[in-house]
Amino acid sequence: MSAEPRPQSPWQTATITRIEKRTPRVTSFWFQPSRPFVHEAGQHVDVRLTAPDGYQARRSYSIASAPEAGAGIELAIERLDDGEVSPFFHDVAAVGDEIELRGPLGGHFIWQVDDGGPILLVGGGSGVVPLMAMVRHRTLSNTAVPVALVFSARVWDEVIFRDELIGLDDRRDGFDLVLTLTREPARRPSDYSRRIDARMMMQAIERLPKPPRLAYVCGSNTFVSAAAEALIEADMPASLIRTERYGV
Amino acid sequence: MVTRGFFSGRRPPTDTDARIPPGQYLEQGFPVLSAGPTPRVRTEDWSFTLKHGPKPIKKWNWAEFNALPQSKMTRDIHCVTAWTKFNTPWQGVMIDDILADAGIEPPTAYTLALSFDGYSTNVPTKDLVTGKAMVALLYEGKPITSDHGGPARLLVPHLYFWKSAKWVNGLQFTGRDEPGFWELRGYHMYGDPWREQRYSSDR
Repeated sequence: MSAEPRPQSPWQTATITRIEKRTPRVTSFWFQPSRPFVHEAGQHVDVRLTAPDGYQARRSYSIASAPEAGAGIELAIERLDDGEVSPFFHDVAAVGDEIELRGPLGGHFIWQVDDGGPILLVGGGSGVVPLMAMVRHRTLSNTAVPVALVFSARVWDEVIFRDELIGLDDRRDGFDLVLTLTREPARRPSDYSRRIDARMMMQAIERLPKPPRLAYVCGSNTFVSAAAEALIEADMPASLIRTERYGV
Repeated sequence: MVTRGFFSGRRPPTDTDARIPPGQYLEQGFPVLSAGPTPRVRTEDWSFTLKHGPKPIKKWNWAEFNALPQSKMTRDIHCVTAWTKFNTPWQGVMIDDILADAGIEPPTAYTLALSFDGYSTNVPTKDLVTGKAMVALLYEGKPITSDHGGPARLLVPHLYFWKSAKWVNGLQFTGRDEPGFWELRGYHMYGDPWREQRYSSDR
């Protein structure tokens, strides 16, 4: 009698190898998956927590690390006070813990350098996370593909990956960072201090050597709606705008 | 595997537990998800086309479509991103009534729902008929807002909600089960929340 091969579960355990606070509300967690894990910039994983009585909670988190980064995958998780999974990560999770995850997932909000550019990235708050994977992927690929990132945060101290992004911007190698703070004055000459609007999008597009081949917009639903409308008003064709939204 | 230190969670009350599919949590709000910007479709530009393959069978404009018999459905809906929302009240035209107005029986076993923004999603024809699905025109008695798919969206509440195509502008009967937008990008061809058919590797 031949036994049917048992299908491999899409879930695997991953070990937390490092934890680093990024901003007051966002902490990065590095996971070492137990099985080979190859992702593309922009993809996410599903994370599943299981209580002793079998109750499970799952959420999707975008991957912040570049595919070529090696050393495990980085998830930058924002603490939601009324959340079910993010408070667990912020208050309980520790290095060495095993967490079940599944992925990589998502086949639309992705970019690889071979897709070409220029590319315009627009992120609000923790919506920068999948865009960060794209920026890092660009850097580690040593490519000249022009990429501009417009990153909206409330205040300077909530700019996730701030030092790393400014360091990349200073290289002047075709990556351009524009920060806009909605509740504080701008700190750098090229930055803004207001919500994203069509004029800001137009100026971001002008920073690129030619019109963007694609725009990627990620953030809360209200942020994405406003940014996508601003892009359309700045003459970006709707068909070239890819969005990823979270929250209610 | 039990997760160290995870106890509380947001367990649903036991009387509603049976209505929440595996891996889902109860959401009070109504989150918005889409692959691109929200199209603003004006009702004067709106139309709905029934097609067999590339061949149109019948086309309705907004007034003609609204004159079709309307029904109400109040259903629990389940998004693949893991939220479930109870008792969402919709009103619209049952797929059965669209077919009746066109004077046809479903010609094939598979259907692609098509949208104004180029989105598509596949649903077996049997999951659209016999009172299972509608083209919804109202939510909570009011016109559906554009971010939730208005002026009209497909409603197939027994499947994950990406199958309920927003900004729907037609149904196309197909000879074989052709993957739509998300199905080409790793999501399940059928999408039964009770069997947790989220991604293509799920059985």
